[in-house]
Amino acid sequence: MNRETLTSAALVLLLLGIPLAAMATGHNFYVTLASRMAILALAAVGLNIALGLGGLVSFGHAAFFGIGGYAAGVLAWHAMMLQPFPLGLPGTKLMPVIWLVAMLAAGIVAAFIGAISIRTSGVYFIMITLAFAQMIYYFAISFPSYGGEDGLSISLRNAFPGVNTLDPFTFFLICYLLLLAGLFLFFRLRDSRFGAALQAARQNETRLAAVGVSPFGIRLAAFVISAMVTALAGALYADLNRFVAPSMLSWHMSGELIVLIILGGTGRLAGPVAGAIVFVLFEHWLGGITERWQLYLGLVLLGVVLFARGGVVGLLAGKARHG
Amino acid sequence: MAEPVLELRDMSKAFGALKATDGVSLDLKPGEIHALIGPNGAGKTTLIHQIAGSIRPDAGTIFFLGQDIGHLGVAGRVRLGLGRTFQISSIAPEFSALRNVMLAVQSQQGTSYRFWKPVLSDNSLVDPAMAMLERAGLAERARVPAAELSHGDKRRLEIAIALALEPKAFLLDEPMAGMDPEGSKGLTRFLDELRAEAPILLVEHDMDAVFALADRVSVLVYGRMIASGTVSEIRADANVRRAYLGDES
Repeated sequence: MNRETLTSAALVLLLLGIPLAAMATGHNFYVTLASRMAILALAAVGLNIALGLGGLVSFGHAAFFGIGGYAAGVLAWHAMMLQPFPLGLPGTKLMPVIWLVAMLAAGIVAAFIGAISIRTSGVYFIMITLAFAQMIYYFAISFPSYGGEDGLSISLRNAFPGVNTLDPFTFFLICYLLLLAGLFLFFRLRDSRFGAALQAARQNETRLAAVGVSPFGIRLAAFVISAMVTALAGALYADLNRFVAPSMLSWHMSGELIVLIILGGTGRLAGPVAGAIVFVLFEHWLGGITERWQLYLGLVLLGVVLFARGGVVGLLAGKARHG
Repeated sequence: MAEPVLELRDMSKAFGALKATDGVSLDLKPGEIHALIGPNGAGKTTLIHQIAGSIRPDAGTIFFLGQDIGHLGVAGRVRLGLGRTFQISSIAPEFSALRNVMLAVQSQQGTSYRFWKPVLSDNSLVDPAMAMLERAGLAERARVPAAELSHGDKRRLEIAIALALEPKAFLLDEPMAGMDPEGSKGLTRFLDELRAEAPILLVEHDMDAVFALADRVSVLVYGRMIASGTVSEIRADANVRRAYLGDES
């Protein structure tokens, strides 16, 4: 095993260890905190496909996170109110169905946003993705049927066949297993032919075109896959909080996901895991001490960008190797 | 007379008042090396860009294998069989030399939308890529990140990538640029044999190489083609001597 693999394994096990240690010492609150870490990590794994592998700095991934959240909220609301959708389609409280709907909806929206924004690059790409996400944010605020500005609460957490999702540790395990699946997807994508083309598009777009692969299609596919993974995390996030609000769609959320990735290590397999652990602990501990915890997070981020470009994973495992 | 593989008719391109390409027509026949020479700023690279599809001409048509390719983008022209190298090496810097060539192999196979199988253990990519690196004399540097290759090795990597595409015609933009004399000689021998596989449109400043290799030479000055013919015709051409080679040569 090389250092990169060891680091990834250690970080993933650390995340599993947090709720176990918490329960052993009676700090049950930390189980929920660990679920939050796993969910944010999964959302960032999604973004890491577009940003880390493809160099697509999407400042609008909150849109997909929020779409996932609203998929959970809206489907559950219809199920609980016994109000079918148009065409008589019923709502549902079943997580697997919700996840599928969340990913499909985000995939369709991402295909549309991507088809327009991927024609641009650099700052323009950042701004267009931001603009689309803000449009969806304001739509959610002004659309009264699902709570508008107040959001939508899920009075009882959605169900997964055969397990009790109300138990915090069971819910953590669901999030954790989906995170593992997301990491495995990232790992296979990165090393595949598609991943090679995607990373080449980031390193040298001209070169990719000059071997006969159009960068646009590769990036668009990556953007859609990326959005679907982030939407899955969004659905879990709504279930964690039993609440979805437009804030899930806001640019703060997009920024948080980017910060997570930079903290953890851009383009690195376990970067989002490291980033989520650091971020949530910071938020919890420093947030308990001072309301201005984000100032200190900013300082840490500055340090990472200036002195440790590879983030936490870069510090632990050294420079990325591409074979 | 064999049908030309590549044919340009009346290509023109202006940047503002500057006519970078001014009514240029030329063709490339099977098995030949057609050299394109001219002083700096004559519009050679601009012309290559138009053939490759990265710059749109204002007027004129390009036929490749008997087909008008004016509407195709860069990637589409490469897929048809137009392989190019760049004047300034253009590679994926983080990837090893091997992975740079593997990228060309997967594109040539049309398999860039496979999402699951790892490439590094895939012999259908690694083996052909290694073979190309060997032909270009770069096999020992296969695992070195492309950014860390020497200038000459980057030039060889460009050639290996172009070879892996198995093109029907090569566009080589100053392949010898910045190479030491030894490297230039080796590359000259290499290109000499390469023309049997596919004809080469060669932009080159190294006159020794041009005169040793070219079946035909075209001379571009201020975007205009002032002469075109065999090496001895070009050497004897008074216009060319005045405009380019210098009176005393």
